[in-house]
Amino acid sequence: MIRTSDLFWSAVNAITAHPMRSSLTSLGVLIGVAAVIAITSVGLGAQSSVTSAISGLGSNLLIVTSGAARGGGVRLASGTGSPLTETDLQALARNLDATVSGSVRGQAQVVAEGTNWNTQIEGVTANYLVTRDLKIAEGRDFEDSEIVSRRKVVILGATVTKELFGSADPIGQRVRISNTPFEVIGVLAKRGQAGFGMDQDDIVLAPIGPVRSRVVGRRLRSSAVSQIFIKASSSDALEALESDAKEILRETRRVREGSEDNFSVQNMASILEAGRSATQTFTLLLGAVAAVSLLVGGIGIMNIMLVAVTERTREIGLRKAIGARSRDILVQFTLEAVLVSSLGGFWGLLVGISGAWALAQFGGWPTTIPVWAAPVSLLFSSVVGVIFGALPAWRAAQLHPVEALRRD
Amino acid sequence: MMIKATDLTKTYQMGPNEIRALINVSLSIEAGEYVAIIGPSGSGKSTLMNVLGGLDRPDSGRYFFDGEDVLAMNDDALAAFRGSKIGFVFQSFQLLPRLSARLNIELPLVYAGMVPGERRRRAEAMLVKVGLGQRGDSRPSQLSGGQQQRVAIARALASEPRLMLCDEPTGALDQKTGREILDLLEALNRQGSTVLMVTHDLQIASRARRIIEMRDGAVIRDGAPQ
Ligand SMILES: Nc1ncnc2c1ncn2[C@@H]1O[C@H](COP(=O)(O)OP(=O)(O)OP(=O)(O)O)[C@@H](O)[C@H]1O
Ligand SMILES: [Mg+2]
Repeated sequence: MIRTSDLFWSAVNAITAHPMRSSLTSLGVLIGVAAVIAITSVGLGAQSSVTSAISGLGSNLLIVTSGAARGGGVRLASGTGSPLTETDLQALARNLDATVSGSVRGQAQVVAEGTNWNTQIEGVTANYLVTRDLKIAEGRDFEDSEIVSRRKVVILGATVTKELFGSADPIGQRVRISNTPFEVIGVLAKRGQAGFGMDQDDIVLAPIGPVRSRVVGRRLRSSAVSQIFIKASSSDALEALESDAKEILRETRRVREGSEDNFSVQNMASILEAGRSATQTFTLLLGAVAAVSLLVGGIGIMNIMLVAVTERTREIGLRKAIGARSRDILVQFTLEAVLVSSLGGFWGLLVGISGAWALAQFGGWPTTIPVWAAPVSLLFSSVVGVIFGALPAWRAAQLHPVEALRRD
Repeated sequence: MMIKATDLTKTYQMGPNEIRALINVSLSIEAGEYVAIIGPSGSGKSTLMNVLGGLDRPDSGRYFFDGEDVLAMNDDALAAFRGSKIGFVFQSFQLLPRLSARLNIELPLVYAGMVPGERRRRAEAMLVKVGLGQRGDSRPSQLSGGQQQRVAIARALASEPRLMLCDEPTGALDQKTGREILDLLEALNRQGSTVLMVTHDLQIASRARRIIEMRDGAVIRDGAPQ
């Protein structure tokens, strides 16, 4: 029986006998593998940046907004119905086993000594930092009494701090927002980009009262809250909390039995899931397109192997005449296809990884090279070799020795 | 008796016509014999050689080699039979052009599963035996026709077969070179190899101790040359 190493070397010899042909054949697989790796790297990169963008909004979080009210059969977008109020907020805080906060939001110019900066002003209730997973870097959080007494104090985001005060200590300094002086009592810890080019540190927090009256202005009712945040203690509690919150709100907002909610509760966990699965689908789709090119590479291998079998018919006959079994011929030709294919897989892996790296380095794309890239591309290219080498190899093995030897 | 074949029959279907390549061929060959098969083109000489060498199966008949029923063997056993008991020499040499003379000679030993060192030693010995001791590294394309046929004979000898089957071994060679190849085969026969050889050349055939003459698929004469 032929030794395994001899089978291997005879396949290597056959491949190196036609270096140009072998390289071009494996190029098909190379391109396929490289495309699959580069595309999934880009897809996975997009996926993780979407995930971090959404999870940057806070975890284990429900966000309540007004709206989803019916106006003459037309369903309005969230935030358009009768606004949420402090009453809703308090009802939720009282009845739910969770931390609850609310906020209103406006845009304004913040003026410090000599400089100014246009940013987002968030008027917040107590517990806001806890519900949004925000941390204080310097100074302190608002005290509940400051919120109630509508004190004019602010906590600055890292970007705002840098723009207004540079490296100087902002604590205790004064800033003016809509011509009203505020005292800086704290600075938020940096959170960084949230994807979509959103800077989460470009923000100023202040007690909800002054922001409602000075920044957002007349449009708002005196007890209005634009968003309510409910933070569950664990992700398991989130679903029960969501239905409890809805029930409470239907009561406080006097939604009649059978009619639709005039508010909406968004579960951040499910939004995260939706975002994740959307990018995942996208990645799979592109990956499948790339895999088709791998298929084309496989057909190239089959084509060349069929040519090789025809060219080497007499060789096959001779090998059989001197003792080769059909199985030995089958294995030899399959091995040739597998070697050519996995050679393409190996180089495709290197090219794919370099491509992903180059896209990240020079194109600024967020790419994540999957950990399975190496084993899967080598395994997959070998499998392509087996599948597309099988038919030619089987044909070679089935040749009748006498007829094969007579062929010229 | 090394070979005992009885009533071998083989028919080819060519469209509506039946071509009877072998018709009730019976023959016996003893170890150590040197037999020439002659006959006009198409008389079934190659077909007989292929059947005796286990390359082809007859439609009917019985065939025993060293007492073993060759026709009862499955394809794998038949491959092993060819590899160990038979050495083929073809008119067109059938060397693999990519391999050196030595590696061509080693090829039957590769399929026998012999380790590389042993194979190489055996191939070198065979090269010396056929008078090509220095040409082991040459490719077939670098050798003359006579030298190529010597390599092919060395390959046939490598696995120390019981029977050498030579189908017109001098058919592609000029007369002088052909003579040298025949001298080599005769020398090998004197050293103990059993040789069965197909030839068109009556002069060549007359050098054999036994001649089998075929016509239209049948043996019409079997015996010593007149
Ligand atoms: N595969 C085949 N299909 C059809 N007919 C065949 C086949 N192989 C051989 N034959 C026929 O069988 C007959 C015997 O052929 P064979 O090759 O044995 O003749 P041969 O005596 O060796 O002739 P030559 O001296 O020309 O080599 C011929 O008529 C040939 O045409
Ligand atoms: Mg013939």
